[in-house]
Amino acid sequence: MAENIATREAYGRALESLGETHPNVVVLDADLSCSTKTAYFAKKFPERFFNMGVSEQDMMGTAAGLSLCGKIPFASSFAMFATGRAFEIVRNSIAYPHLNVKICATHAGLTVGEDGASHQALVDIAIMRALPGMTVIVPADATETRQVISAVAEYVGPVYVRLSRASTPVLFGEDYHFEIGKAQVLRKGKDLTLLSCGLMVGHCLQAAEILKTQGLDCAVINMATVKPLDEETLKQWAKTTGMVMTVEEHSIIGGLGSACAEVLAESALCPVHRYGVKDQFGQSGKASDLLKHYKLMPEDIAAEAKRFCSGD
Amino acid sequence: MLHKAGAGHTGGPLGMMEIITALYFSAMSHDPKNPTDPDRDRFILANGHTCPALYVALCRAGYFPKEELQHLRQLGSPLQGHPKLNVKWGIEMSTGSLGQGMSVANGIAFAARLDKKDYTVYSFHSDGEAQEGMLWEAALTAGHHRLDNRIGFLDFNGIQIDGFNKDIKDVSPLADKFEAFRWAVRNIDGNNMAEVLDAIDWAKKTKGKPKMIIATTILGKGVSIFENKPKYHGVAPSDEELAIALKELGEGA
Repeated sequence: MAENIATREAYGRALESLGETHPNVVVLDADLSCSTKTAYFAKKFPERFFNMGVSEQDMMGTAAGLSLCGKIPFASSFAMFATGRAFEIVRNSIAYPHLNVKICATHAGLTVGEDGASHQALVDIAIMRALPGMTVIVPADATETRQVISAVAEYVGPVYVRLSRASTPVLFGEDYHFEIGKAQVLRKGKDLTLLSCGLMVGHCLQAAEILKTQGLDCAVINMATVKPLDEETLKQWAKTTGMVMTVEEHSIIGGLGSACAEVLAESALCPVHRYGVKDQFGQSGKASDLLKHYKLMPEDIAAEAKRFCSGD
Repeated sequence: MLHKAGAGHTGGPLGMMEIITALYFSAMSHDPKNPTDPDRDRFILANGHTCPALYVALCRAGYFPKEELQHLRQLGSPLQGHPKLNVKWGIEMSTGSLGQGMSVANGIAFAARLDKKDYTVYSFHSDGEAQEGMLWEAALTAGHHRLDNRIGFLDFNGIQIDGFNKDIKDVSPLADKFEAFRWAVRNIDGNNMAEVLDAIDWAKKTKGKPKMIIATTILGKGVSIFENKPKYHGVAPSDEELAIALKELGEGA
């Protein structure tokens, strides 16, 4: 049985290591450091940690100022507030001047759980990827998160990293290699491509196992970088399998599914089906119960894929 | 240049020229030949719509040739309708959406602290901007962290786009507010050069707190037909108005 680690936990530990090797890394939080796990960095490097209080807008503007002087700011809050409350500051003070700020937001998606709809960011990918020059990354597990944090520290420019609260299985070993803008083909297949990011990558791998027993041979692709999208890999597998289904813990409006559908519609390569949270808000509940309720478990994905492939 | 652009904010820039002049030609340590000097003082124009005042000062200081002013707000010009980050031309940050500049200035001030540098970070705000909540988040940050390398100006001309500030949503008393947010505050006549220079001197000497200089100014200062007229907050002068303005300001057309 694989070990369970939340991507936010891996983020906190990765930041702590980054602090050792990168003296220019500074971290900002908006009174959620114990939840976002930036507290690990804060404890080790208190002089480079800025707790901005419950002021997400001010946090983003301050991060912009720090970056103007060559610092590499990592600004964290819940995805709802980092991308929602602070949106216009991210747009005008970070994306427009193309500053080197890393917005690493945790508690994204339904798996925030009990806090409910007010805290469940389901359109954060949509709004961040619409900003010119913004890189958007959604790591699938703890291993990938560690590599993403190292990669974005080296990359110069604004980045949005979407992280989760829930503990989830570690999918990848140390031989895994994340690269910004490159999709990873985790499983080859000929009948259908399941294309996913974040926590749904693990579910898609399990769904592919279920579908195999039902006679469907599925490829599974981890599209961790939602922007810039790896169009080449997407098109290649669209041609190979002739059908693509995207799966995400995000609204089907504007997220990974939309990004892929835009490319596939323009190239008219194959039918594409967007699967995720329908046009609705979430609610309170245990993360696992919510994933079942909103039909994002491996068996739900498998059932939907089967329907899609049979043309229903 | 606003006349040529055909749009823009006329009144605000005229009212703040004494402060901008005092900063760029007396108070600030900066070098147009070495614009990226890490030790330079920084200026963040939070109310970016008054950028013609900044552009004129940067041009006169030697950051870019005079003819560039004629391209203000035109397609392809670095002199955008609201400032766009361009350190080589002395524009330290993209601003324009009100309320964001104070946070940016604080971030630069935090960086100075980390790097053990003694430059000063100036920011410029407007009374209308004081209606933005984010400005107060940032004011609290500077006060809490005792950012004494921060000097702010708040241009109180009492006028915003839709009319007089006191009628729309009165931001007074501003001095009490900033003091409550742990800033050292001084009220001045922002169109009196001696008072402006004296206040900057006071601010540089005052340690342990961020400093806010609340400058009462006259919108459209120096041109009788613009002075204190809300209409001229956000429109460019016509042919006729330009002629009157240049005559009153003693500039040749």
